[in-house]
Amino acid sequence: MKLYLLIPFLPLAAFVINILFGRTLIRDKAHWVSCPTIIGSLVVSVITLIDVINGKIINEDLYTWVVSEKFIVSIGFLIDQLTAVMLIVVTGVGSLIFIYSIGYMHGDKGYYRYFAYLSLFVFFMLMLVMGNNFLVLYLGWEGVGLCSYFLIGFWFEKKSASDAGKKAFITCRFGDFGFALGVILIFLTFGTLHYVPVFDEVKGVAGQTINILGWEVDLITLIALLLFAGAVGKSAQIPLHVWLPDAMEGPTPVSALIHAATMVTAGVFMVARCNPIFNLSEVAMLTVAVIGAVTSLFAATIAIFQNDIKRIIAYSTISHLGMMFAACGVGAYAAGIFHLYTHGFFKALLFLAAGSVIHAAHHNDIQRMGGLKKYQPITYITMLIAALSAGGIPGLAGFFSKDEIIWSTFASGSPVGTLVWILMIAIAFFTPFYSFRMIFLTFHGKFRGTHEEEHHLHESPPVMTIPLMLLAAGALGAGWVGIPTILGGGAHIAHFLEPVLGHPELHGTHAQEFGVMGLSTTIALSGIVIAAILYLIKTYLPLRLAQGFSGIYRVVFNKYYVDELYNLTIVKPGLWIADSFIERFTDAKIIEGIVNGVPRSIGRFAGILRKVQTGITQHYAIIMAAGVFILIVLILW
Amino acid sequence: MNNLPYPILSTIIFLPVIGVLVLLIISRSQETLLKWVALIFAVATFLLSLPLFINFDKSTFKMQFVERHDWIPAWNIKYYLGVDGISVFLVLLTTLSTVLCVLISWHAIKIKVKEFYIAILLTCGAIAGVFCSLDFILFYIFWEAMLIPMYLIIGVWGGPNRIYATIKFILYTLVGSVLLLVGIIFLYLYGGTSDILELMERTYPYTMQLWLFWAFFAAFAIKVPMFPVHTWLPDAHTEAPTAGSVILAAILIKMGAYGFLRFSLPFFPEATKSMVPAMLTLSVIAIIYAGLVCLAQKDLKRLIAYSSVSHMGFITMGIFALNSQGIEGGILQMINHGVVTGALFMCVGIIYDRTHSRQIADHQGLSIPMPVFAAFAMVFTLAAIGLPGTNGFIGEFLTILGGFTANKLVGVLAATGVIIGAGYMLWLYQRLFFMRIHEKVVGLPDMDLREIVTLTPLLILVFWIGVYPVPFLDFMHPSVQHLLERVNVAGGMQEMNIARTLMEVIR
Repeated sequence: MKLYLLIPFLPLAAFVINILFGRTLIRDKAHWVSCPTIIGSLVVSVITLIDVINGKIINEDLYTWVVSEKFIVSIGFLIDQLTAVMLIVVTGVGSLIFIYSIGYMHGDKGYYRYFAYLSLFVFFMLMLVMGNNFLVLYLGWEGVGLCSYFLIGFWFEKKSASDAGKKAFITCRFGDFGFALGVILIFLTFGTLHYVPVFDEVKGVAGQTINILGWEVDLITLIALLLFAGAVGKSAQIPLHVWLPDAMEGPTPVSALIHAATMVTAGVFMVARCNPIFNLSEVAMLTVAVIGAVTSLFAATIAIFQNDIKRIIAYSTISHLGMMFAACGVGAYAAGIFHLYTHGFFKALLFLAAGSVIHAAHHNDIQRMGGLKKYQPITYITMLIAALSAGGIPGLAGFFSKDEIIWSTFASGSPVGTLVWILMIAIAFFTPFYSFRMIFLTFHGKFRGTHEEEHHLHESPPVMTIPLMLLAAGALGAGWVGIPTILGGGAHIAHFLEPVLGHPELHGTHAQEFGVMGLSTTIALSGIVIAAILYLIKTYLPLRLAQGFSGIYRVVFNKYYVDELYNLTIVKPGLWIADSFIERFTDAKIIEGIVNGVPRSIGRFAGILRKVQTGITQHYAIIMAAGVFILIVLILW
Repeated sequence: MNNLPYPILSTIIFLPVIGVLVLLIISRSQETLLKWVALIFAVATFLLSLPLFINFDKSTFKMQFVERHDWIPAWNIKYYLGVDGISVFLVLLTTLSTVLCVLISWHAIKIKVKEFYIAILLTCGAIAGVFCSLDFILFYIFWEAMLIPMYLIIGVWGGPNRIYATIKFILYTLVGSVLLLVGIIFLYLYGGTSDILELMERTYPYTMQLWLFWAFFAAFAIKVPMFPVHTWLPDAHTEAPTAGSVILAAILIKMGAYGFLRFSLPFFPEATKSMVPAMLTLSVIAIIYAGLVCLAQKDLKRLIAYSSVSHMGFITMGIFALNSQGIEGGILQMINHGVVTGALFMCVGIIYDRTHSRQIADHQGLSIPMPVFAAFAMVFTLAAIGLPGTNGFIGEFLTILGGFTANKLVGVLAATGVIIGAGYMLWLYQRLFFMRIHEKVVGLPDMDLREIVTLTPLLILVFWIGVYPVPFLDFMHPSVQHLLERVNVAGGMQEMNIARTLMEVIR
């Protein structure tokens, strides 16, 4: 018995049990099935991590999945340093969110269904990170998307929720379209889909071109870009970011697990996993870096004006994912994964704390909150830690990973790196600014809701606050494994991941490194200060600013009208073509016209022919005579 | 080879006919008895067909379970049956579908019960005959015999517009069949035998191949149905009773794709090769075009019917990709499509039995009164959109891989069908099962035991083929390799043949 197999299959077992017996037998005890299994997975993941630290890398096949001539793919597992880190994030953060859900979902009529889907999600996520080939990756990839669809639309009686689930799935499918073609191209190039042989041989393919519709395209670039298309969908980057904010229709712990800590980071994981491919294509790397950095800034600006507490955090997630891609794009994969790991803690914490707030306030609008810190002290303090960590305040987890990214972009030495660095510095201001705007509007000042609502405010039960406190510990200290050498740390995580992700080339002195660190820290602190001025001291200012710059304000407040644009250019024309053109014109008029027209004209022709047979002898005689005449003429001619 | 105590293929074809004889002597007033007799014969046929799966020799491309007897010795026509890796699953799918068709009609058919089950058993027996025949004349008899009971199933037990639909179905099919018959007679006269395997071994001049290819194509393309001869299918599906739709979707339209594999490719390899661009184009059009049409449908059955056209596009694309992944994916997708679309039509039937409406707009919020049904329907929906872990993924991925290998643009365009597929299926599911409950569906009973028993085998197949398809693919490898060798060896002769044709023209 291979112990590591328990990691994915324990949650799968929980899913099967809950979905089969949940409705009739288990009902509100579903967590007794799901929680122990994920904690079991966590324990095995820790054992596996220790094994990996001791140098035991696993790469083996469980069984052969698909065979067709040379196309042979197994269900198999690769557990190396990268996977080990991901396992800890998924099962560690996952366990806490499972426990929190017991309190948050208490009394929901779909309680068993919720835990069933959550367990299924963890199974697919674990398959995604543990697979040893692209097809297993794809299995997990689509599977997590499916669970996300289920869980976003969990309260399916709400139209907006079921719309959001569908939107998420279909938007991601646009990316997966590219991803699937990338996988096919990998098979046709390398003759296998297993990571190890593909990555071993990828250097030999560098420089080859492929003919696409008469264009000679660099093969590696094409593969890398197609794979990245999948990441753009799953990790909600421009132009496929539109699904993630809507995904907030799902229960808040789902947002924490799927739309912050794990699933949306799958794109970053995939790019990091495929680093041997990406490294060989400058165009692909540049694309990854630029899309990541631009998305990051774009989302950060939107987050400033949102009033829905979950949507603020959702845009913040898009922004942080963009930073991870920016790091990957300059070759600093380890920095990207490090940020993925710390982000898992502080972002899950932000969401769960927001969930605790919503649990008390029963709505998401921060304009109708305020002063909650005296009702929810634990939620307040934990969320404050999360915001500080996200904002990159020295000493907390987010600081170290963010600093690593900013430094890597600065020191990469390329023009793109410099451009990305400038954007990162701008984001270093926005992140703490919107985080603290949210904190101040939610917890400080006076309560702005009704008396009735104020009456219901309360701290959440321990089953929710204990996970908050544990995650807060993570948001505080999870980054200490990656303290850079200049601050006296060992940069352990970068060294740990080096066998898989390599080492980025950095050009810079210690003085520059301190300078960059000092600059971003100053900017981050100024973000908090300005937020404090606007939302604590001169609270009339934001409204006046909004009025003063109403044009810009409206564009950003409406999320740059991207949804409206897609609706106008893709959804509506697509439905119009389907309905008015194909269904009512081509199919009904042209094809059916011919199909029904042929018998009809035969019928009409027969009708005409029938008239010849009048039954009057004289007519027949005339026709006969005419025929004889024509024949004679023809013969004598 | 055949060490079974009974002639398995004849049993599969004629045991239902014996069932029909038994039904004939039972009084029409004893409806329950009639149903049980039909069920027993269907189940017996299915159980007796299982050795096809268990005893099949996966190491050879040769025909197995062969039965060969003289039939009309004067004309050298034989009663000749056998299956290989291409046809074996279609036979099994037929026997399984028979059982499920009987079960799903249990309460839905209220008039002329006796005749209904007679028609079902006859159709399924004849379709099994099509997949087993190794003699052209025998093949053609089964091919046509199947039409008559099918005509009655739609025409007698169908919906309000059934007469139009049946006439359309029959005329469409007959147009193709006539050309097929001409082709068969031509081959028979040319070769002096109607033995399919013997005729397959010969080579035919290129021009003759081309003519015959189109004659056979007419019959098969209409059956599949390929774009642009697909418009009979939505009407037939919409008007047919549930069991009729299941037969249509699961097995009847597979006869077309099977025809391509058994006849067009090995008989006319050079003609096939020269027609590949046209065939791939039509397949891709079907995938995208029918997918888009689905987005506009308001009638449940029409939507599933058009999705069928789209899915069959993947199958023909795989077949005409002329490589191992494409063809094996195509065959696997034939099974998958039979399982999934058959199941989806049964789901529609389950809804229709309760609300007597096929309008999508009438069924919002179904998952509240019918949670178990919603779960079943979800699995089949996901299989239809090719989610990994379900059977649809393996077939779809292999056919797209095959299509991409044959022609990159074809692969890319086919892959867009996957996006469209997710679009219309999930939208359909949302409009049926999610959102605020529609007053018409309040308090509907959930699936009963009979319905669960009917759908469970298909549910198991969805996951079995999705998680562990190797046992199924193993059946196909030798036969598909043999077929491809036949197509490719002949490939070198193509230029020679074209040159010869040119010479003929000049002369």
